[in-house]
Amino acid sequence: MTDTAVAKQPVPTARQLVWRRRRQAVARNWLLYRHNRQGIVGLGVMVFFIVLALVSPLLVSPADIEPATAQGIPNSPPYSGYPLGTDNFGRSVLDLVIVGSRISLLVGITATLVAVFLGATIGVISGYYGGTRLDTGLNAVTNWFLVIPWLVLAIVLSAILGASVWIIIVVIGVTSWAQPARLIRAQALSVRERPYVERARVLGCSDRTIVARHILPNVAPVIFANAILTVAVAILTETTLSILGLGDATAISWGVVIEQAFSAGAMTNGYWWWLVPPGVAIVCVTLAFTMCGYALDEVLNPKLRR
Amino acid sequence: MRWRYLGRKVGWALVTLVFVLVFNFFLFRIMPGDPAGLLARSQRLTEAEVAEQRALFGLDESLLNQFGTYLKQTLSGNLGTSYLTGQPVVDTITSRLWPTILLVGVGTIIAIVLGLMMGIRGAWTRGSRFDKSSLYGSLTLYSTPEGWLGMMLLIIFAGTLGWFPVGGYDSGTGDTGIAHVVDVLNHLVLPAATLALGYGASYMIVMRSSLIEVKDEDFVATARAKGLTETMIRRKHAVPNAFLPSFTLIVLSFGFVIGGAIVIETIFSYPGIGQLTYQAIDAYDYPVLQGVFLVSSLAVVVANLFADITYGFLDPRISEV
Repeated sequence: MTDTAVAKQPVPTARQLVWRRRRQAVARNWLLYRHNRQGIVGLGVMVFFIVLALVSPLLVSPADIEPATAQGIPNSPPYSGYPLGTDNFGRSVLDLVIVGSRISLLVGITATLVAVFLGATIGVISGYYGGTRLDTGLNAVTNWFLVIPWLVLAIVLSAILGASVWIIIVVIGVTSWAQPARLIRAQALSVRERPYVERARVLGCSDRTIVARHILPNVAPVIFANAILTVAVAILTETTLSILGLGDATAISWGVVIEQAFSAGAMTNGYWWWLVPPGVAIVCVTLAFTMCGYALDEVLNPKLRR
Repeated sequence: MRWRYLGRKVGWALVTLVFVLVFNFFLFRIMPGDPAGLLARSQRLTEAEVAEQRALFGLDESLLNQFGTYLKQTLSGNLGTSYLTGQPVVDTITSRLWPTILLVGVGTIIAIVLGLMMGIRGAWTRGSRFDKSSLYGSLTLYSTPEGWLGMMLLIIFAGTLGWFPVGGYDSGTGDTGIAHVVDVLNHLVLPAATLALGYGASYMIVMRSSLIEVKDEDFVATARAKGLTETMIRRKHAVPNAFLPSFTLIVLSFGFVIGGAIVIETIFSYPGIGQLTYQAIDAYDYPVLQGVFLVSSLAVVVANLFADITYGFLDPRISEV
């Protein structure tokens, strides 16, 4: 090895080193994740539905799901051209399920972003300042939100504020941030005690730098795994709210389809083809998100591995 | 158990309730328009009638005065009057309490017994066919919206097979004695099964994972080295230690169960608090909604206090702090 060979190799900066290490960690975790059959199946189903939601405008034209212009025979079991039958307006149930994926996933994912943003902010601050009065206060608020019947709160809130997709998103987000906050606080508390945080403080880093550079990156995996599980809960909550008639009737989600079928007497008349598909779609998506979340948890938490 | 622990838990429960009271007051004042205006929207009242209602509810007074009146009334057990029926909210709620207690009670007990038993067996025989099928079954049930699950059970067991009634608390035939009890239970089967399936599944998942964590602990290995039978190890050493985290989660999930009961009662036209809530949403009956939120919060806080105290007995380490 000569001096020139060494000189040609540029010395990586600290930032490059960090990113190289992060890339390696992601690659290592992906290798573990790939061998988790649950996780892969869940990921596949999840990607399928997300793609379906994205391309749904190409598959279904607005006229097909408009009650006034729908062409099918009303309340008909499956027949040619309508593989899942029709609803009381003669709309294809298959079309409704395809269109519904959009709102259901939009609500599930956006509400989760709201919940996780709130939960992460409160959890990280609370954990980083663990033991102080600020932490005690934030922790009390978190515990309060954990204890009160949050589904009842969500129902009451959306009854008061009215039915619109954005209100539902905010309501679900505001009522489901406590669980993530508690998990993230616990993680932040343990990360805070690690030697490199102490070193950063000795080097004169501000609280903000320590949180952004050291605490957040180490809490991120927990946040991510938890967020995926929260999507499942958010989709279920949206369904519950819609079934109670608190959904946005102008934005067709799977829950709204179920509610319309229920109100139109699909149960007493035995229109199973109208009720079954949207429910099955919800079960598939929720299960997919749950399995992904559990698989990620298993990858990121060595204690759960076999 | 230390008195300080007990005092702290009771104190926390009281603080929680005070916050519920304050929250409940402001919850119904953040809505667009005031209650009287909303009443006008739902019942098409004239201007004069709206003004009368506003005076009746004390909406003309300052927020602080309103809060004072609200506190005084609530603490003396006056939750206002239902817009829909004109009856006191307290009477409306108490008349609907029993069916919900029956439904949630029976459903939860079945869910706990089944969920814990299956979770224990699954964890102990981890990877077996029983474990895998019960785990995937539970995950699927956990992912099923309970309202929709109820509709499916209704279509299959009440509609197609005709084994159970479509809904309601009883047939209203005026039977007494055994015949009435059988009738009520017959009506209870499907809604309670919906509740039990949904929550039993999540209890199973929780119990299974906490027992799996305990299974590899040193004290289990020690018990095995002492030559205890597998049953003894499971019953005396592993399960009691794994039970505590599940216990907390079960109690915390109680708030969710009450919400779930609202949907289930709506689907099965079961005349409890849940159906009352649904009717109140439909009619913009805010005093009733406010009362339901208060009563269900009270139920959850009391359940949590009970759980904390039991926890202190079950795990002496906790109450020693």
